[in-house]
Amino acid sequence: MTIFIAILASTIIVATSILYATVGEIFAQLAGIMNLGLEGIMLMGAVTGYLGVMQTHSLGLALLYAIFTGVLMGVAYAFLTVTLQTDQVVSGLAMMTFGTGLSGFIGKPVVSVAANMAFGDIAIPGLSSIPVIGPILFDQNILVYIMYFIIPLSLYYIYRTRYGLLLRALGENPAALDAAGYNVYAMRYGYVIFGCTMTAIGGAFISLAYTNFWNEGMTGGKGWIAVALVIFASWNPLTAVWGALLFGGVSILGNYIQMIVPGVPSQIIGMLPYVLTILVLILSTGSFRKKHIDVPASICIPYDRENR
Amino acid sequence: MDKKRLVMVRRDKLPMYLRILNPIIFLIVALAFSGIFIIMQGFNPVTVYIKMFGEAFGSASGLSASIVMGIPLMMCGLGVSIAFKMNLNNIGAEGQFAMGAMASTGFILFGPKLPGALQIPMMIIIATATGAAWALIAAIAKAYWNVNETIITLMMNYVALLLLNYLCYGPWKDGSGLNLPYTKKIPATAYMSNLGGTGISIGFIIAIVAAVIMYWFFNYTTAGFQISVIKNSMNAARYAGINVKKNIMTVLLLSGALSGMTGAIQVCGSIHRLQPTISNNAGFTAIVIAYLSKFNPLVVILVSIFFGGLAKGSFTVQTQGVPAQIATMIQGSILIFILVGEIFIKYRFARVGQHESINKAE
Repeated sequence: MTIFIAILASTIIVATSILYATVGEIFAQLAGIMNLGLEGIMLMGAVTGYLGVMQTHSLGLALLYAIFTGVLMGVAYAFLTVTLQTDQVVSGLAMMTFGTGLSGFIGKPVVSVAANMAFGDIAIPGLSSIPVIGPILFDQNILVYIMYFIIPLSLYYIYRTRYGLLLRALGENPAALDAAGYNVYAMRYGYVIFGCTMTAIGGAFISLAYTNFWNEGMTGGKGWIAVALVIFASWNPLTAVWGALLFGGVSILGNYIQMIVPGVPSQIIGMLPYVLTILVLILSTGSFRKKHIDVPASICIPYDRENR
Repeated sequence: MDKKRLVMVRRDKLPMYLRILNPIIFLIVALAFSGIFIIMQGFNPVTVYIKMFGEAFGSASGLSASIVMGIPLMMCGLGVSIAFKMNLNNIGAEGQFAMGAMASTGFILFGPKLPGALQIPMMIIIATATGAAWALIAAIAKAYWNVNETIITLMMNYVALLLLNYLCYGPWKDGSGLNLPYTKKIPATAYMSNLGGTGISIGFIIAIVAAVIMYWFFNYTTAGFQISVIKNSMNAARYAGINVKKNIMTVLLLSGALSGMTGAIQVCGSIHRLQPTISNNAGFTAIVIAYLSKFNPLVVILVSIFFGGLAKGSFTVQTQGVPAQIATMIQGSILIFILVGEIFIKYRFARVGQHESINKAE
């Protein structure tokens, strides 16, 4: 039973790290801007968060470091894709390369240097003593609790508010919004920056609340899995939660398989999440499915007033 | 008062000097930008750059080393370019490369014994086929079910690299000697010979031949033309009777094949065994190279040598404490700033009055 609880509690940790990036990217893609550079931004969030805690010995300030990094990279990406209207696939891959390189470069001095500081679990009085559910859901770190609020809030925002309606219109028909007097460019800047900031927080989550160390390329494709989850979830944050939990579960279960069947090499087990992502992506988006997927119509198409 | 505003005006024609000057200017801007981070790490960017580029291009032996480091980049860069030419984002070159290296090394170490002259050709064939096979899943998913190939090819990288790690640390590990994650060396008969007197293997010639064939294919054949039609509009291609499915399959498999072939070239040409770092990020760097070359195979060769030099230089400055990741950082910022620079190729900026038409401003 304790193993069962431990597996599920860790599943939530892994899922949360991916969900920050996924939710952020859902907003950016709904606004019509795809960002394939999540992996690089996540790494930058992870390294600046870790460097932050080394320098300031404060988790709050470390998180601010990561947020600031996310905002900066968001501004850069929005400048490329919204203002300069560059190709979003290339720009995303450029952000990935740059983020991977820069994070490895500035993080070199702290590779496998222990920070001795991490977001610790906070048991919520009362709720955490509920059998089974308590220790799984309510004995987590603060960033997990924040995610509990982000999911319903983002659902409410996207599907129930006027701003959410405008957001979805932004990705479907920006020209109509422009004609109605809204500033398409400013709105897209906002959502891209939000997406990048969330992604950077997801990265900081990994280095400060999950693995508690920094190493080059430590996100191990979580940024890409977040991109896959956005498509899998059809841009719905709640569906993304199930995807992230499935993914987190498989990653964690792998570690336990090794405890039960010691002969299985760790590398083979490590393949499971990636194989799962491929399978899920094919099964959930393959054209053999009857269900139609509503891709935001103007995704990857830069908005240009002159060509309206 | 007529308020002037800044507008972007599409250029009708591009002056020749700008076409050449633009990338050079933005290359320098990218180096300056990376310099900020080099300063932040406590190094002097000017001395770091002089050391890097001096080491990489300042002498015949340096240049030869840069070309050696550039060979896998060329091959993967060509492979990636084929796919990007058709708007297919094969970002799985790293994995296809690793699979090619594994399959060819496995064959020569554990497979049937072949006469010396047949060993290298056989290894290349096996690596090529394995690379193509590794791209097959993404190709089928894309061609028949319209599943995003970007993510699948990337996920396949992780699977391949984990398999490579497993083999090097596990069953294929060379038990004798230092307990390092290497396989045994391949037999000397499977070493590629070098070009007269240099350290450059004939892999360089293979890459150049591949580039020339590709150039000819895309510029002078119907099949090559079909690919550029599909790139511009998949629907137009369908109406024109082009078999899009077949082309997607062909292009992704070819792309994987070239990256896979890189594996054998790297094993036979320079590493002579399998090790976890065999691909050394070449598959990812290749993406940057492909874009910078605008998918022109001949330019891919040149940019690869430049990036090979960057990698060579980064290993040199590493001995002075500068992290080798400097190379990836510079590559990323070059791509970003070249993208920024392209705006000045496509558009010019003009100040026009509120009620003036753009045409009048020209």
